[in-house]
Amino acid sequence: MSSYPGQEGLRTPLKVARGWGSSKTGVHHWWVQRVTAIALVPLSIWFLFVLGGMLHAADYAAVVAMVAQPVQAILLIVFTVCMFWHGALGLQVIIEDYVHTRWLEVTLAIALRFGAFLGALASVMAVLALWLNGAG
Amino acid sequence: MAEFTLPQMSKVQKGKRFAAKPGGKKVRNFRVYRWDPDVGGNPRVDTYEVDVTGSAMVLDVLLKIKNEIDPTLTLRRSCREGVCGSCAMNIDGENTLACTKGLDELPDGDVGIYPLPHMPVVKDLVPDLTHFYAQYASIKPWLQSQSSFGSRERLQSPEDRKKLDGLYECILCACCTTSCPSYWWNPDRFLGPAVLLQAYRWIVDSRDEATGERLDDLDDPFKLYRCHTIMNCTNTCPKGLNPAKAIGEIKQLLMNRTV
Repeated sequence: MSSYPGQEGLRTPLKVARGWGSSKTGVHHWWVQRVTAIALVPLSIWFLFVLGGMLHAADYAAVVAMVAQPVQAILLIVFTVCMFWHGALGLQVIIEDYVHTRWLEVTLAIALRFGAFLGALASVMAVLALWLNGAG
Repeated sequence: MAEFTLPQMSKVQKGKRFAAKPGGKKVRNFRVYRWDPDVGGNPRVDTYEVDVTGSAMVLDVLLKIKNEIDPTLTLRRSCREGVCGSCAMNIDGENTLACTKGLDELPDGDVGIYPLPHMPVVKDLVPDLTHFYAQYASIKPWLQSQSSFGSRERLQSPEDRKKLDGLYECILCACCTTSCPSYWWNPDRFLGPAVLLQAYRWIVDSRDEATGERLDDLDDPFKLYRCHTIMNCTNTCPKGLNPAKAIGEIKQLLMNRTV
């Protein structure tokens, strides 16, 4: 009989199938991915309009004036945080699906978390800088 | 990394051709996967020219090949009416039961017949389902209850019984599980659609008292959440069931008790 990958030695098939058991952590990832996805639907449409307005703005001062409104600035921050959070969760799933070399999987997962966090942080600070400078 | 190409030893080679007997009225070509562990080497695809007059189902043709053309062809079959799930295989690119797949359902041209995908092959069309059955055993597919009923039966309302419809009909043929890309990449940790549908069958059973423990056991990024709603399972199920919906219901229940 052929043996299943990972089913070496004298371990029973049930031992292999039960593996490490349940980590009891899956539902949070799934829920946050769904919530950010739904939030991004209106936010992305809104962002396209903002982006269009920025590209057609007369000069830098006009762009700063657009971002310097509290509602615009807060929405921009919510949009970028949602986007990086949702993107990180999605990419994590892809890594778990396809990368089966353990050290590479862990390295990519950590790099992804830091990358997404730094991206979100940079975006938030950029919006804050524009907002506070514009207001001041 | 996940393997996207066949390993060298699994690359399929061209095999023998069995010409039709002269005088056949309705001859069709069947390209059948062959591999014999006693011979070893790479698998091959043999072509059988078969007069299908009088054959209604693909299983009829396979048995005709075995009886009249090539007795070495190996396959599983038992009930020949879609109840046992033994003859699950990949026919014309789709996992299904050979006994319920009508020849008239297949498009014209050659018919490819392979074992269920991404499983170790025992011989020819017979896959090794040991791990699949062990995964089924791992979800404890029996009624768990602390309440004692003595010699009385456990009652269930007609409404609660209805919730088992679309679940109890699963015959564990493994067509859905072996059609699932998520299962191909992570079969060691992902339970797959058939076993998750069976898990939901016990979660939703009004007489079972281990609902919470069953949900605990599935709350895992790999055991359950490798399902990305690809829907191959529902497309391919020869019994017309919807494993993807059952998995969605499990995710819903897990969310309901958390949020």
